[in-house]
Amino acid sequence: MDTLSCAELATREINQALRALPDGSEVLIAEPRGRHSLAVGLTNRIDVTIDGNAGYYVGGLCDGPNITVNGFVGWGVGENLMSGSIRVHGNASESAGASAHGGLIAIEGDASLRTGISLKGGTIVVAGSVGSMSAFMAQAGTILVGGDAGEALGDSLYEAIVYVAGDIRSLGSDARREDLTAADILKVKELVAATGFDHIEPENVKRIASAKELYNFDAVKAHKY
Amino acid sequence: MCGIIGLHLRDAALEDQLGHLASEMLVAMTDRGPDSSGIAVYEDDALGRWKYSLRAKAPGRDWSQLGQLLGAEVREVGTDAVLASSTDPAEFLKSLASEAPDISVVSWGSALEVFKDVGTPQEICDRHGIWARSGYQAIGHTRMATESAVTTGHSHPFSPAADLCFVHNGSFSNYFSVRRDLEAEGIVFDTDNDTEVGARLVALEMARGADLGDALSALMKKMDGFYTLLVSTKDQFAVVRDPFACKPAVVAETPQYVAMASEYRALAGLPEIEKAEVFEPMPQEIHVWTR
Repeated sequence: MDTLSCAELATREINQALRALPDGSEVLIAEPRGRHSLAVGLTNRIDVTIDGNAGYYVGGLCDGPNITVNGFVGWGVGENLMSGSIRVHGNASESAGASAHGGLIAIEGDASLRTGISLKGGTIVVAGSVGSMSAFMAQAGTILVGGDAGEALGDSLYEAIVYVAGDIRSLGSDARREDLTAADILKVKELVAATGFDHIEPENVKRIASAKELYNFDAVKAHKY
Repeated sequence: MCGIIGLHLRDAALEDQLGHLASEMLVAMTDRGPDSSGIAVYEDDALGRWKYSLRAKAPGRDWSQLGQLLGAEVREVGTDAVLASSTDPAEFLKSLASEAPDISVVSWGSALEVFKDVGTPQEICDRHGIWARSGYQAIGHTRMATESAVTTGHSHPFSPAADLCFVHNGSFSNYFSVRRDLEAEGIVFDTDNDTEVGARLVALEMARGADLGDALSALMKKMDGFYTLLVSTKDQFAVVRDPFACKPAVVAETPQYVAMASEYRALAGLPEIEKAEVFEPMPQEIHVWTR
């Protein structure tokens, strides 16, 4: 396995070296020490392991690679991910998976506030809990939370679906709990199988979706505004 | 953006390295704020005197002449000076204001010294010899100005009371109305900066008997906007974030120290950081550590 060390290389040098690798390559990024923007914008199908704690935007804008982080990550892991996977063996800070279009982001620890904000089709699975304002304005895609969710979950949701195994502190505007369908249970089973987060019981999650009352202006409720 | 760092030592064996560790942390945050920077160092005076961090409005100030005039020992630090005196602080500050109107008092206290200026963390730490400083607690800030001018006076830390040091990442939105309330209480401001309002509010609450945690709780009730704050006194070190946690904060705790920074990058070089408990303070949680 090739090794690229953050102690020796600038972020741009690392990302250019990653981009030049042929599909099927395996590469280790050593001594990340909280460095931002590692493994961003990659379109090749390679396996990248970041060996330590990373900074902001790990794997952002990627379309293809599988990224593993042996540590925790800062803000915006997998921001605008298109496809591929990111697995974090630790906690993630704010805005994990913000506006991700595709791919799978798996967090083994907790994720912080605004997880999956403006999600556009990607999948985020958090083994632990997520902070307040998660799934804010999420348009498409799936978020599965193995622990608890903070305040204002799913505020102003569009078509994304959120599943929560633990407690929900509060729901945001226009988010509501709906009955689980057989398709939901199957979907959660698939995500548990894909991530190995088998403490999650697919039959016992709560499904949160949009009530769609903010989709159109309601003249009868004009006095509210 | 702005960058904040702080280091609160629990293990006296690290005190000789305080300046070096804190300077490295602050330099690591340079790209969060290139406009101005400042650093506070807490170290008890060997003779138990009061210390005054002073800055002259024009370069070339004859500090030894000022020291003689005020009966204080002078230590020149870059273009600034720290005067040490056993005189009662109220009396000393009054004499200083009448004898040397060209001098601004950056901080005073029994342990606190503050150095700040327009420039990068590297420049400020080099010029003021921070790398070699010992001490038990340090607070640093590197500023990207949003609310007010880029001058030394507008730089952080703000130190409106003895041994109190206040740094801020973010921007308060209602600071003019809070400032009017404080002015009605007789509080005098040095600048039009938003952070100074927060610092003086905390100082006023503490002067009225609040402890640091209560003073920060009062600030959360009165002040609106975005903030991650790091506030320290002679023996306390506190972190608080606004209700939306708009600005970052990471804390690392070990038996040897408590360290806080805007980003983990600034903590990555600390001793045995791999063994530290690293966490992010949640919105509106007030974390206070006491020596």
